[in-house]
Amino acid sequence: MGTVEYIQHHLTNNSVGEGFWTFHLDTIAVSVLLGALIVVTAMRLGKQLETDTPGGFQNFVESILDFVSVNVRDAFPGHNPLIAPLALTIFLWVWLMNFMDLIPVDLFPYLFQLVTGDSHAYLKIVPTTDLNTTLAMSLTVFVLIVFYNFKIKGGWGYAKMFLFHPFGKFLVPVNIIMTLIEEVSKPLSLALRLFGNLFAGELVFLLIALIGGTLAVGAAALFWAPLQVLLDLAWLIFHLLVITLQAFIFMVLTIVYLGMAHEEAH
Amino acid sequence: MNINATLLIQMIAFMLLIWFVNKVLWGPLSKLMEDRQKRISDGLSAAEKGKHELELAENKAKEVLKEAKTQAQNILGQAEKRGSEIVEDAKVKATEEAGRIKASAQAEIEQEVSRAREELRKEVASIAVSGAEKILGKEIDAATHNDMLETLVKSI
Repeated sequence: MGTVEYIQHHLTNNSVGEGFWTFHLDTIAVSVLLGALIVVTAMRLGKQLETDTPGGFQNFVESILDFVSVNVRDAFPGHNPLIAPLALTIFLWVWLMNFMDLIPVDLFPYLFQLVTGDSHAYLKIVPTTDLNTTLAMSLTVFVLIVFYNFKIKGGWGYAKMFLFHPFGKFLVPVNIIMTLIEEVSKPLSLALRLFGNLFAGELVFLLIALIGGTLAVGAAALFWAPLQVLLDLAWLIFHLLVITLQAFIFMVLTIVYLGMAHEEAH
Repeated sequence: MNINATLLIQMIAFMLLIWFVNKVLWGPLSKLMEDRQKRISDGLSAAEKGKHELELAENKAKEVLKEAKTQAQNILGQAEKRGSEIVEDAKVKATEEAGRIKASAQAEIEQEVSRAREELRKEVASIAVSGAEKILGKEIDAATHNDMLETLVKSI
């Protein structure tokens, strides 16, 4: 199997359906499983909540909650009970989905191929390297942005933002185009940033995985195999930072965008 | 990259997850944390209040103690005064009693003395009469010589 085939194979989703009605089964399954993991863990924790003497895990979860609520308080003016759970969901879910990137790239595809008996079965276990996932989240956020813009500013207030922002009343056509670009770029940049980072990260993992496998033949493996392990470890540690940072950025930008939507028209 | 119906599934999954997270994670836990915060601040203010009250109570106790001490001092002084008064009184009374007893004893003695003297006079008179009888060898009429006898008795 050549290098190009190897990489392409790894970056293809296991899907059913045709055209638009294609479903990426691996993306859906992994992301739903991770969501379920959050819910089940939360429910199990909820049964043994301690007000006065929180245990280790409750402390850990509380510190995450605290972290999220501090960010919401800093970046979000006013009060909306939806924002904090939304931010928490984004942070936890995105982080977990990103974390799938740190699992050795060949492990799950290999196991999956063993189980299904199909040596060419596709499996891509990082849902955030699927644009559908990141765009789904950013579009949901976008819907909320539009909804709250209408709710807080009112229809006319929202329209005024398009007409007179940022250059005042003498450049209305330019204003409309500028604001439109600005608004549309919000969900797009959210989705593409996360997708791009994780996709690139996955690609680097794949390239590192190729070092020991395809390049090394015979005695040369003695040199290439340790190098692969070393590089893999280095990239893994760096990537651990990246996945956390990306989850954090997605969360903070969501809070900020929704905060902007909550500002009164002026 | 191909955008397809997976997007719709993921949107639904995302919204459901937000709902679930709010229901089972954010809701209960943030309420718990708020409760705890409230309890802690309540506890701290209660402690502060308790400290203040303790201070007040201590001050009050000090005052009461001081008052009690002065009162005790007063009572002690009064008692001492009263004691010495009683002693003085008793002394006076005792002296009076002693005087009285002495006076009555003296009176009794004088009475006794005068009684004895009377007795003695009578005795002496009769002795004198009987002596005179013996000397004169005849009866002396007591009635006739009564005046003489009276003078005699008185002179003794």
